[in-house]
Amino acid sequence: MKKKIKKREFIIEKSLILFAGISIITTLAIIVTLFGETFQFFKEIPIMDFLTGKTWAPTLVPKSFGVLPLLVGTLMIALFSSIISLPLGLGSAIYLSEYAKKRTRKIIKPILELLAGIPSIVYGFFALTFITPLIRQILPQTQIFNVASASIAVGIMTLPMVASLIEDAMMAVPNSVRNGAYALGSTKMEVALKIIIPSTSSSIASAFVLAISRAIGETMIVAIAAGQSPVLTFNPLESIQTMTGFMVNMSLGEISQGTLEYKTVFAVGTMLFFMTLIMNLVAKGILYRNRERY
Amino acid sequence: MNKKLIRRRRLKNALFQGVLISIIVFSIIMLLLLLYQVFKVGFSHLSLSFITSMPSRFADRAGIASALAGSIWTISLTILFAIPLGVGTALYLEEYANKQSWWTKILELNISNLAGVPAIVYGMLGLAVFVRFLNFQRSILSGALTLALLILPVIIVSSQEALKSVPSTLKEGSYALGVSKWQTITGVILPFSIPGILTGSILAVSRAMGEAAPLIMIGAAGYIGFMPKSPLDSFTVLPIQIFNWTSRPQAEFQDIAAAGIIVLLVLLLSMNAIAIVLRNKYQNRMD
Repeated sequence: MKKKIKKREFIIEKSLILFAGISIITTLAIIVTLFGETFQFFKEIPIMDFLTGKTWAPTLVPKSFGVLPLLVGTLMIALFSSIISLPLGLGSAIYLSEYAKKRTRKIIKPILELLAGIPSIVYGFFALTFITPLIRQILPQTQIFNVASASIAVGIMTLPMVASLIEDAMMAVPNSVRNGAYALGSTKMEVALKIIIPSTSSSIASAFVLAISRAIGETMIVAIAAGQSPVLTFNPLESIQTMTGFMVNMSLGEISQGTLEYKTVFAVGTMLFFMTLIMNLVAKGILYRNRERY
Repeated sequence: MNKKLIRRRRLKNALFQGVLISIIVFSIIMLLLLLYQVFKVGFSHLSLSFITSMPSRFADRAGIASALAGSIWTISLTILFAIPLGVGTALYLEEYANKQSWWTKILELNISNLAGVPAIVYGMLGLAVFVRFLNFQRSILSGALTLALLILPVIIVSSQEALKSVPSTLKEGSYALGVSKWQTITGVILPFSIPGILTGSILAVSRAMGEAAPLIMIGAAGYIGFMPKSPLDSFTVLPIQIFNWTSRPQAEFQDIAAAGIIVLLVLLLSMNAIAIVLRNKYQNRMD
């Protein structure tokens, strides 16, 4: 009987290790598949042409594989969405942790969670059918597909994530610190700006980096609302194509393995993977280096 | 002089509070606008025949039957793969692994990195591994496996949190009675932590239900004119069907896209409601 239990325990422990191993295998598989195809891609297209070329036309004749238009498009979405998500996320977090009463928090938090839970395809629909017409009413020269509309939607979508990451950090600041400042006659604003924000600055920075990383990887909103024209422009009212937008657009048609199109999707995907990976590691590094201990 | 300064500081504080409140109000208005827009456009197209019809070239005849069935198939299989794997991994990390060892540290770092990988990259993984290498084709099975890997990190992390909340006194009490580790897990640890595990898992699964990008990457079709019958059938899901309709130039198709969104949102909300009900039920039992 005892032996039987011991044997069973042994088998269970080993199978749980196997389960845990799946996540390692996933990472390895991502790296192997991305690298394999990308390596093949760079055999055909010189890496400098890819990284510095200003024309992206992988399916036209003559073909051209300069990734800059996609990169600039992606970074514009990241930049303009941050203008919404970072300050508003920070503001929401300050309000929730410093100003809101318990009852107000109980109402507002589920609303933010709901905003975070809405699929990005729905934000894409909202951007195209609501935000874009609104922008075009104010600025009639705006193209139907444009960076601004998609950025606003991406910003609204990432706002709750920024807010909740920062709020968690702010709630972890002990009340004794606040009460000390109140006892000296500080207003809530002074406590928030001079004590809470400085003492949670690493969490705030890390949340900002994560939000930008999310915006870079966001796909459906930009595929719907930002357009599919890989033009090198810095005008947010024009149509562009992002890296993710290109990948989706290519996959809508049948692309067969081994073709240059297939490899191109993987090359762009590898770039996307690295950009987000580096940003996520930076976010973690910021947190790790400046751990605040009370 | 001093009084003036105090008044100014109070005024500043009030202004600051006003700014913060308007930020919150902005978020709430955005949510309401979004829901309003979807319902305004889509509600009149919602009908029983919309839910039971196949997609069509004609907007007034098009329905979401095949996409709805595809979504249900895909999500059921995703749950089947992702929850046992995720909870198992969390159990290993919390109950078995030596927290100080390099292997555990690598595992945890790896999982938190995987959580930050964009969904579309999982789609490329699925395309290369499940569709091509394992030759599952562009099937429900490939889609479900891809989505399972996508939400695995979320399930692991939320299950770990739930497992951490089990008081060590309960575990030690069990061990003191000579109960084995696995019996302690199934008899004490899991019953205590299941509300947390369920809540986290359902939220993760509802995220999978709204994903379109990874499934487009593995080649799920935009148009499916039949009901999927087995996991190896080709398929489409609600978000892809919605994307397909939204990206057509004709306004009528955007109307039915909104109707599709309503169906998707109702499904997601009811999943969240189930999460809340389950959590309350188990919580009452534990208290």
